[in-house]
Amino acid sequence: MYSLKELTLLDENGKRSDGRGIDDLRPIKITVGVVKNADGSAFIEFGKNKIIVAVYGPREVHPKHMALPDRCVLRCRYHMSPFSTDTRKNPAPSRREVEISKVMRESLEPSLILSDYPRAVIDVFVEVLQADGGSRCAGINAASVALADAGINMRDLVSACAAGRIADNIVLDVNDLEDKEGDADMPVAYLPNLEQITLLQVDGKLTTAQFSECLNKAIDGCKLVYEIQKDALMKKYFGNELEVKEEV
Amino acid sequence: MSSSKRSTIIVEQLRKQQMLEALTRGKRLDGREYESYRNLEIEVGIIDKASGSAKVILGNTEVIAGVKVETGEPFEGLENKGALIMSAEVLPTASPHVEPGPPDEDAIELSRVVDRGVRESEMLDLDKLVLVPGKIVYTVFVDCSIINSDGNLLDATSYAVVAALSTSKFPIFEMQDDKVVDTGKTMPPPITTIPISITAVKIGESVLLDPTTEEEACMDARITMTTQSDGSIVAVQKGFTGPFTFDQIISFSEIARIKGEEIRSKIKELN
Repeated sequence: MYSLKELTLLDENGKRSDGRGIDDLRPIKITVGVVKNADGSAFIEFGKNKIIVAVYGPREVHPKHMALPDRCVLRCRYHMSPFSTDTRKNPAPSRREVEISKVMRESLEPSLILSDYPRAVIDVFVEVLQADGGSRCAGINAASVALADAGINMRDLVSACAAGRIADNIVLDVNDLEDKEGDADMPVAYLPNLEQITLLQVDGKLTTAQFSECLNKAIDGCKLVYEIQKDALMKKYFGNELEVKEEV
Repeated sequence: MSSSKRSTIIVEQLRKQQMLEALTRGKRLDGREYESYRNLEIEVGIIDKASGSAKVILGNTEVIAGVKVETGEPFEGLENKGALIMSAEVLPTASPHVEPGPPDEDAIELSRVVDRGVRESEMLDLDKLVLVPGKIVYTVFVDCSIINSDGNLLDATSYAVVAALSTSKFPIFEMQDDKVVDTGKTMPPPITTIPISITAVKIGESVLLDPTTEEEACMDARITMTTQSDGSIVAVQKGFTGPFTFDQIISFSEIARIKGEEIRSKIKELN
C-alpha cells in the first residue's frame, strides 16, 4: 500500500508518521456502560481503533461440563467486524483472532478474583469496529473497564500498551503503519498497582538493551492508560471526575 | 431474532399478562401508541476505513453497518452487473442469550430480508458497477453488526444499511494493462431509490409497530414490509406462527407506506 519513498516512520525532528513524538500515546477515550443489555461494557477509541466490549456474567455455564467447582470460568472472544480493516475481513474467526482471544483472556484473568464465583462463567466479548494497530491492547483496556463496570471482584485494573522499535529508536504506542513497517512491536499488559505484567509479546528484533528499554516504555504507557481508565469509571459512577479528585 | 426466541426469553408470566391487559386498554407497556416508533437516531460516517457506515439506535436496539467496495468476478448469470453481498451478525454483545458461532436461522432470516429490500428495489444500480463486462465488476459488501438487541432488528438493520449505502463514497477503479487499479478517487454510489422497511407484530388482535424484545416474546405473528421511494412495495416477509387476516395485511400496507415515507425523509436528510 505504501511505497518506501513516501514512507517516513520517523523524521529528522523525531516526529512520527502521524505527527507524534516517540513518547506520545495516540488520543484515548473510554466510555463506560455503552451496551444496555450487558452486565458491564465499555467503548474505547484508541487512535483510530474503535472497540466495543460487553461483559456478561457471572452466570451459569453452558455447556455445563465446563464449570469448575472452585472458581469461575473466564471466556473471551476477540472479533473483528468485516468493515474494520482496509480490505474486508471475512467474518469467520481467523487463527489470529483465536490466538488474540486466548492472550487477552490470560492477561485479564490475573486481575480477577475468580474463586468468588464458583461454577459460574464470565463472558467477555470484544468487537473491533475499526482496527488501527494495537487493537489487542486497546481491547484489553476496554475489557478491564467493562469487567469493573460489571462489578466483578478484582485486584487491579489491567492496562495495556505497546512499544516498538523504528530503526534505533524505541517508540511508545505503535500504530498500524509502524506495526507493519517498523522493526519490532511489543504489546504489554500490566497491573499498575500490583506491578505485574500479564501480557508480553514481541514481534521483531530487539537487542537486550532495546528489550528492556522497550518494556520500560510500554509499562510507562500502561500507567498513562491506567489514569484514563480510572477517569472513565469515575465519570460513570461519580459524575464529574474533576470534582471527585478535589474531594480526595 | 436470536434474542427474542420464545424458548430463550422468559418474559415472566405476570409481565405478559400485564402487557395483554394494557393492550385491551389500547396501551403499550412503554406508553407508546400502537403506530409509533421508538426514538430513532442515525449517525453516519463513523468508520473511516469503510466506504460508508452508519450507526442506528432505535430505542435500545443498536446496529452498525459498514460498506466495503472491492472488485471481483460477477455472479453467474449476472455477468454485466456489479455484485452486492450483505451479511448481518447478531454479536454476542447484543444480549445475554446470544452465543458466538455461526448465525442461527433468525440471523440468516434477518440478513436475507434486509438484503431483499435493497436488492429488489434496485437501490444500487448494479449495471453501473461493471469494469470489464462479464469479467470484472465492483463487489459491494454491506456487513451489519448488531451491538445491542431490544427488538425490531429487521428495521434497525435495514435503516443502517440504507443510511450507510446512501452516504457512502465508492472508490473508483480503472483497468490499466489488464490490471485493476484503485485510482484513489471516489464517486457517489449509483443510488436509484431508498427502500424502507416497516415491521409490526400481532399480539392478540392488536397490531403494534416497532416491537421491543418483550413484545416480540409475546407475539403471535410478525410482518415486515419494504417500500421504495415511489411508495411501491418491494419486499414482504411474514414471520412467526400466527396468521394475519387479509384486511390486516391491507391496512398494514398503508401504514408501511406512510410510516416508510416518514423514515425515508429522515434518511434523505443525512446526505
